[in-house]
Amino acid sequence: MGRYLVRRLLQLVPVFLGTTFLIYWLVWSVPGDPFAGKCGEKPCPDAYVATMTAKYHLDENVFVQYAMYMKNLLQGDFGTTYSGLSINDIIATAYPNTLKLAVVALTIEAVIGLTAGVLSGLRRNGFLDNLVLVSTLFLIALPVFVVGFVLQWLFGVQWGIVRPTVSSAMPFSELIIPGFVLGSASMAYIARVARTSIAENRRADYVRTAIAKGLPMRRVVGVHLLRNSLIPVVTLLGTDLGALMGGAIVTEGIFGINGIGRQVYRSIVTKESATVVSIVVVLVLVYLLMNLLVDLLYAALDPRIRYE
Amino acid sequence: MRVSKRASGAIAAGMAAALVVSGCSNSDSKNGDAAATQDGAIVINGVQPENPLVPANTTETGGGKIIDNLWTGLVEYPNDGSAPRNALAESIDTTDSKVFTIKIKAGTKFHDGTEVKAKNFVDAWNWAAHSPNGAANSSFFADIAGYGDVATQDPDDDGPQKAPAPKADKMSGLKVIDDQTFEVTLGAPTAVFPTKLGYSAFMPLPDAFFTQKPEEFGKKPIGNGPVKFVSWEDNVAIKLTRFDDYTLRDKVKIKDVTVKLYQNEDAAYVDLLSGNLDYLEPIPTSALAGDKYKTDLGDRALSTVVPATAFIAFPIYDKRFANPKLRKAVSLSVNRQEISDKIFFGTRKPADSWANPLTPGAPQGNCTACKFDVAQAKQLLQEAGGFQGEMVFYYNADSSHKDWMEAVAQQVKTNLGIAARAEGVPTFAVFRQNINARKMNGPYRAAWQQDYPDVENWVNPLYVKGGSSNDGLYSNPQVDALAKEASGAPSLEASHAKFAEALKIVDEDVPSIPVYFYGLQVGHSEKIKKLEVTNVGEIDLSSVEL
Repeated sequence: MGRYLVRRLLQLVPVFLGTTFLIYWLVWSVPGDPFAGKCGEKPCPDAYVATMTAKYHLDENVFVQYAMYMKNLLQGDFGTTYSGLSINDIIATAYPNTLKLAVVALTIEAVIGLTAGVLSGLRRNGFLDNLVLVSTLFLIALPVFVVGFVLQWLFGVQWGIVRPTVSSAMPFSELIIPGFVLGSASMAYIARVARTSIAENRRADYVRTAIAKGLPMRRVVGVHLLRNSLIPVVTLLGTDLGALMGGAIVTEGIFGINGIGRQVYRSIVTKESATVVSIVVVLVLVYLLMNLLVDLLYAALDPRIRYE
Repeated sequence: MRVSKRASGAIAAGMAAALVVSGCSNSDSKNGDAAATQDGAIVINGVQPENPLVPANTTETGGGKIIDNLWTGLVEYPNDGSAPRNALAESIDTTDSKVFTIKIKAGTKFHDGTEVKAKNFVDAWNWAAHSPNGAANSSFFADIAGYGDVATQDPDDDGPQKAPAPKADKMSGLKVIDDQTFEVTLGAPTAVFPTKLGYSAFMPLPDAFFTQKPEEFGKKPIGNGPVKFVSWEDNVAIKLTRFDDYTLRDKVKIKDVTVKLYQNEDAAYVDLLSGNLDYLEPIPTSALAGDKYKTDLGDRALSTVVPATAFIAFPIYDKRFANPKLRKAVSLSVNRQEISDKIFFGTRKPADSWANPLTPGAPQGNCTACKFDVAQAKQLLQEAGGFQGEMVFYYNADSSHKDWMEAVAQQVKTNLGIAARAEGVPTFAVFRQNINARKMNGPYRAAWQQDYPDVENWVNPLYVKGGSSNDGLYSNPQVDALAKEASGAPSLEASHAKFAEALKIVDEDVPSIPVYFYGLQVGHSEKIKKLEVTNVGEIDLSSVEL
């Protein structure tokens, strides 16, 4: 187990270097001079462009720029944006917001998705099963911005139950609707995966044995059946945290949340490689660690799986 | 000009005749409650400034909006768009439009309590013009004598050579006479110079600016305006509060102002509807469609006009567009009224003059090329020898220009039989890069919002050889001569008359075609009982009553 962990952690290093360089190079190759559109309908003064170019080493080639960036990064310094803001500060304010939103979304999708999946998987082709089938189909078909605008308008403007946009303190009560919107599509997938998995294992020998032993149904489902059926769901949930964080850009926009989605978008448009890579670096770490966590969870859920 | 980074550009309406907003028109408005106003707080919309808040380094509207309230300049621009009047200046005297003696009002203060003195202006201007400081607005100081000694050009643009270090760090044309007086000597007579002084590049800076890094100052700016800076949480909000020691005309009556920084106009709009936002400019495009905003807001929706014009410019350096007859033919074949009605729901006005009609000194209706006359257009095209090949109209696709540019291309195709189409360039940055590099091979969209209210700003940068935004390289010695004469005229009246003559020649050459005049639609909450909108569509904080 220990050796496995060390090996996996060591594998992170080349993956980390490879992804960050790819992203740095991609943003670097986005066409357009970062200072061409900055002064409106006239070119920026030479002096301004020269000062900025020298300050951010933009006259160097992409390898040198990346190396300089990495050197600072290893010392814990993400650098500054073209407007002089510290990227460390941006990450420190934007990441907790996005993480909070993603965790709320993940919780909502896990609770609702799993409940719906288990219930419909146990009573296949019943009324509940069909209801879940239709409603998940509906959620998957709707683009996230439609769900977002409709719920925002209904709850925030029409009925006035919640604030339509999230205030800067980000209390959990205001995050319920954005979290639901963000997690809605994944919720549908989780319900479906859970349903299939439960329905399949429902006919497994060990379930029949458990029932034949005279165990109460609650224990059969809650312990034996659910635990074995959770593996695909956990895989989905684990990788979803990263997807939710990276994919929150639309939801963040609709509800006015100061998260990483808007930062990444702005930085790509203004060709700020350092900002994009810095934000993505943290995202890559989240992905890699979540993947590791999911793999370790397999062993906890299914004792037959062992890591050497 | 300041560039707007909003996704839709300044979408707007332009039917109101005056700039004082209609819903709260000044004659029959209810006045606010004095006590509520006294401790009142409002929330207005904004976007995250791209740079630290240093006036000489701010070229976009996000930061410009904050700076306009944090600082008061020598002159101010009235809300109704009329000629500028003195604000911080006691007097600006000149006999020859070359040497100006500027006297400032005594006893006004910066927000840190230090007095605003003549040297605060001189130091600030010298800092902004000195090229090693790299200020984005440095070219505004080019009029002043000695600018060439403090600002140097890169001899080969992006090439390996670096710009030489400037000879001096102070312009010889600036002289402090005493605490309240300074003298400005220009390189050549410029009647419009006092008008320019209200632009944010010319704001004074406190001594504290020069003892720290500009970036640090810009995160906690110290101005001399009616409100002072409290805090700035990136991408969330900038908080401002009333400056109680302020003594000039535009003292604010309310206490606190929060500028909430939105990334999405639709989010701001729902906040306005639910009462979490008190002022929104502009109303997003989604709410303009079908006049939805009028149903939602009733008399809290206001229409105003702003001094900005949308053009289509010709790359005159491309030989195919060198013939003025061809350019005029294209202009005459565009049905501006139809574009205004069908695409902008009547919220923008078809252009009929070269300088925006709101601008002081601008001749009205002087664009004969702006008529819709297919017969004359066809005849001119024939005289020009037709047009070979494809005519591609370019626009930047990251903003909502697709619809009207396609309509223009379609009209040119239908009315003139030219193979015309519109093509989007992905981002504004790429678009501007091609324009700056003179690499456009078709007409392209352009927009101009005046930096300061005078017709000069609609001629010199756009139609004079070497003008900062004369991107199509239009050049006519007659226009250059008239504009030079106009700029150096002893009085504004004489100057305006000469500029009108210059525009007459421009009208024959059609270096670009004015398409529509921008307008602006704004909305406010029920909490605000009275307000006025400035001549660029921002809320006039001093007018707000609750």
